[in-house]
Amino acid sequence: MVKGESPFMKYLRRDRLPTIFCAGCGNGIVMNTFFNGMEMAEVDFDNLILVSGIGCSSRIPGYVACDSLHTTHGRPISFATGIKLANPEHDVAVFSGDGDAAAIGGNHLIHGARRNIDITVICINNSIYGMTGGQISPTSPKGSYGTTAPYGALERPFSLADLVTAAGGTYVARWTTAHPVQLSKAIKYGLQNKGFSFIEVISQCPTYYGRKNKLRSPIDMLNWMKESSINKRRADKMEEEELQGKIIVGEFQKKPEPEFAEKLCKLLEEQCVTGKPTAIRSAYQED
Amino acid sequence: MITVNENLCKGCNLCTEFCPQKVYKESKKLDKKGIHVPAPVDEEKCKKCGLCALMCPDQAIKVEEDEDEE
Repeated sequence: MVKGESPFMKYLRRDRLPTIFCAGCGNGIVMNTFFNGMEMAEVDFDNLILVSGIGCSSRIPGYVACDSLHTTHGRPISFATGIKLANPEHDVAVFSGDGDAAAIGGNHLIHGARRNIDITVICINNSIYGMTGGQISPTSPKGSYGTTAPYGALERPFSLADLVTAAGGTYVARWTTAHPVQLSKAIKYGLQNKGFSFIEVISQCPTYYGRKNKLRSPIDMLNWMKESSINKRRADKMEEEELQGKIIVGEFQKKPEPEFAEKLCKLLEEQCVTGKPTAIRSAYQED
Repeated sequence: MITVNENLCKGCNLCTEFCPQKVYKESKKLDKKGIHVPAPVDEEKCKKCGLCALMCPDQAIKVEEDEDEE
């Protein structure tokens, strides 16, 4: 390691830095916490594959010096399913934004959770479509302003963590970028968990969300998140009116269940008449 | 020892706000990119918790343990 360099620099593609993200964007914090969680979970960096769709947050795998796949809009979970089933030994993580995972890829998200396939989905929820100019997304809070909602959003937002819990994810957590230590631990559990892990990160977009909603600087946005977040254990005991405008953070689900790739491998072994199936890396194995 | 990489810093100043010991201060002078790069002015107060390195969105900060001054 070069002296005076960030401890996470060894995981990054130096020639592509500095990142394209705006000053104070939450994506960089999520990158740091992912590396921190990865180190804590003792995941082999050479065995890791990062998959992403389209959006600001989906540019993250392009900066990480491991195998990465930048796929079509909303489909990273489908591609990750393919990677995981082709070789279940890989650790697969998906970086996805709220527009990617909740809007166009909502179906893939709930079916990935239903299958309980062993991938870790990190959804960076900045409550707005940042890359295309600040349109309202499915997770924009009610009454928030955007380019397509000059009088405030009328719709109810998705609570992604509750959605994935209901769909059958086996580790579900929500934190904000103002909780980097807790977030690192959640990512650690997510990577260690055998099954569908979903970590929703409420992130800041000072350029679009902040500018439209009177939180112009990243410092204002992080302070807002810190003040309005409330732990799930406390929130469970509170009334619905008290939780208006609050961000509920914490672990939503932690329940190990049989995993899809393992079940499929077992079925293959049972049904294969010629002995052990050789679909995995068969080109390198002698017949 | 704290090092802030000026080539990577974009001047969001999250470190000045979220350091628990308030070690950083926004510099008055603009650098060549036209941003206020924060400087660790009260470095003796630093407890080496590393929160600034974790919070820095641009991986510009490095916190090292001081070498023994013997």
